[in-house]
Amino acid sequence: MSAIASPTATASARTRRTGLPREVLLLGACAILLALIAARFPGFVTPANLANVFNDTSILIVLALGQAAVILTRSIDLSVAANLALTGMVVSLLGAAHPDMPIVVLVLVALGLGLALGAFNGLLVWKLDIPPIVVTLGTLTIYRGMAFVLSGGAWVNSFQMSPAFLGLPRALILDIPVLSWIALAMIGLALVIFNRTSIGRAWFATGGNPVAALYAGIDPGRARFMAFCFSGTIAGLCGYLWVSRYAVAYVDVASGFELDVIAACVIGGVSIAGGIGSVGGTVLGALFLGIIKNALPVVNVSPFAQMAISGAIIIAAVLLNTRSERKAGRIILRNTTVLSGKPT
Amino acid sequence: MTTIDTRTALPTSTVAMPRAIPDQTGSGFGRFLKSWEALLLVVAALIFIANSFASPFFLDIWNLSDATFNFTEKSIVALSMAFIIMSGEIDLSVGGIIAVASTAMGAAAHAGASVPELVAIGLVVGALCGCFNGLLIAGLGLPSIVATIGTMSLFRGISYLVLGDGSYKDYPTGFSFFGQGYVWQMISFEFATFLLLAVVAAVVLHKSVFGRAVRAIGNNPFAARFSGLRVGRIKFILFLVSGLASGLAAVMLTSRLGSTRPSIAAGWELDVVTIVVLGGVNILGGSGTIGGVVIAAFVMGLVTYGLGLLNVPGIIMSIVIGAMLITVIAAPILARKISNRPRPAR
Repeated sequence: MSAIASPTATASARTRRTGLPREVLLLGACAILLALIAARFPGFVTPANLANVFNDTSILIVLALGQAAVILTRSIDLSVAANLALTGMVVSLLGAAHPDMPIVVLVLVALGLGLALGAFNGLLVWKLDIPPIVVTLGTLTIYRGMAFVLSGGAWVNSFQMSPAFLGLPRALILDIPVLSWIALAMIGLALVIFNRTSIGRAWFATGGNPVAALYAGIDPGRARFMAFCFSGTIAGLCGYLWVSRYAVAYVDVASGFELDVIAACVIGGVSIAGGIGSVGGTVLGALFLGIIKNALPVVNVSPFAQMAISGAIIIAAVLLNTRSERKAGRIILRNTTVLSGKPT
Repeated sequence: MTTIDTRTALPTSTVAMPRAIPDQTGSGFGRFLKSWEALLLVVAALIFIANSFASPFFLDIWNLSDATFNFTEKSIVALSMAFIIMSGEIDLSVGGIIAVASTAMGAAAHAGASVPELVAIGLVVGALCGCFNGLLIAGLGLPSIVATIGTMSLFRGISYLVLGDGSYKDYPTGFSFFGQGYVWQMISFEFATFLLLAVVAAVVLHKSVFGRAVRAIGNNPFAARFSGLRVGRIKFILFLVSGLASGLAAVMLTSRLGSTRPSIAAGWELDVVTIVVLGGVNILGGSGTIGGVVIAAFVMGLVTYGLGLLNVPGIIMSIVIGAMLITVIAAPILARKISNRPRPAR
């Protein structure tokens, strides 16, 4: 009783409750999934193939980290895939027009344009108080439409892209493609931003209770704006990565991918009501989807079944999440009554 | 007197309750002029005038009648979506429901079902999908936005599973009436159904206890529950009706196109939500009118029809609609912010 009542014990109980079980659960789910596949197709779980799966899921992981920041603040960003398509189109058109432009410049253009598009969303949410779902529903069609206006509906194909443009995500460092390294770097960066900076704390606080955050000296609008900037910048980066990895840019690139990204966050335990979530969970949520996507062709499931299967998995994951969040709520109440009854 | 005294005295005080709610000042007509619907009507009129100058083919009664086809199906779904959004939820699976209902009808037609059987199958499959959503959201308490993202993939995925890259085309001849037939002069079956359902929806939302309950739930679900409203049951009914409306839209769309592909009605959920939000329904729930939704549906229809006459590609239309959504919502907020800004001291 006294152990529970001490503030340090409650704090550790909270990290254990919101963080660890979800990640362990997901890690277990991934392990069971891999074991099931390995039982019939041992080739799938070789380190080389698993590295391939990670590389294939990298863009989803990175985008999910941006989306997680937005969802943490009780918002939603439906425009990430459209941002990705527009940025990818712009950098590939630039690359096609100026083949000797340094790749660093193109990546900076991608980051800058993504940031600008995300900031536009964020400003509308922050300064005009328009609900994020409405803002990003509007900009989703606008951004993708702009990709059409810029390209006139034409495709940019691999022969128009310079070898440096195509080569960067594929270049190997320590036998691992740069794309995977970028994902690892972004995971590291997100870990620092989410857990070690004031803006990360502001995201959690805003989503947990915007009114309380305001009284604690945090501007929830500004926190949301920053989250949209983060998500937009990431989408811009992924725009370049996507078109160079698949060596083609067209208007419908990543169409509907925003929902996969949101699904990865939700499977990873980011609460759609804001305030709850972790980098580790988000990464595992994205990996879980990635493993399934890569395993289905291996176990001879028709590609047409993939959509139905991922839909069923999303529903199951949300079901589990809601159950565990409800339990967490009860524990908070029990602890506060203990604390209020016996202040230490 | 301290503040505590007045607060405790309040419940027993004899102060008369105000007869008017502060946000309902002014006469009925004056209120209407300031309303969202009036703004939308002005927008619709401007678009109408602009269109009639832009294209000589616009002011043709048969053209205008044909123009209703490309938005009535979405508008019928928007009527039920308005209820769901007003109750504080959202249904992103409507496009998926249309796909699976259309696939079921296609399979039945392939097996030789008659026209009434096909319509019944479309409606029943839609209602069953709505039931499933309702069970997940009202029964198990899932947040509707993620639950319907999941069922959206699930429902459309079932269509892909059944059809693969194929399609159903063998519909009986009489089936085309629902999407292509006219009931009176140039009034199509689709348009007449939409108008009828709009009247029903308006009466239910604005004149019935059920409609009041829906808005109460959207305003504050906890207060609604403590007021004795069966929040779960009402939400279940709303999702069931949304599934039924999507099933009806599937009957009309399939009949109009005469074929079923798994990509049928892709992306409709966002168009439908756009109509509802443009119609002045608060995306956070609690307020809105069917009149607004109907006018917004006409605005969308006029814009797409006018741009279509000018040979503007569909994706450019979607930019216009997206920009319109943001501008129409942002403009009043911006105007209020500017007018409320304290004047600089002289």
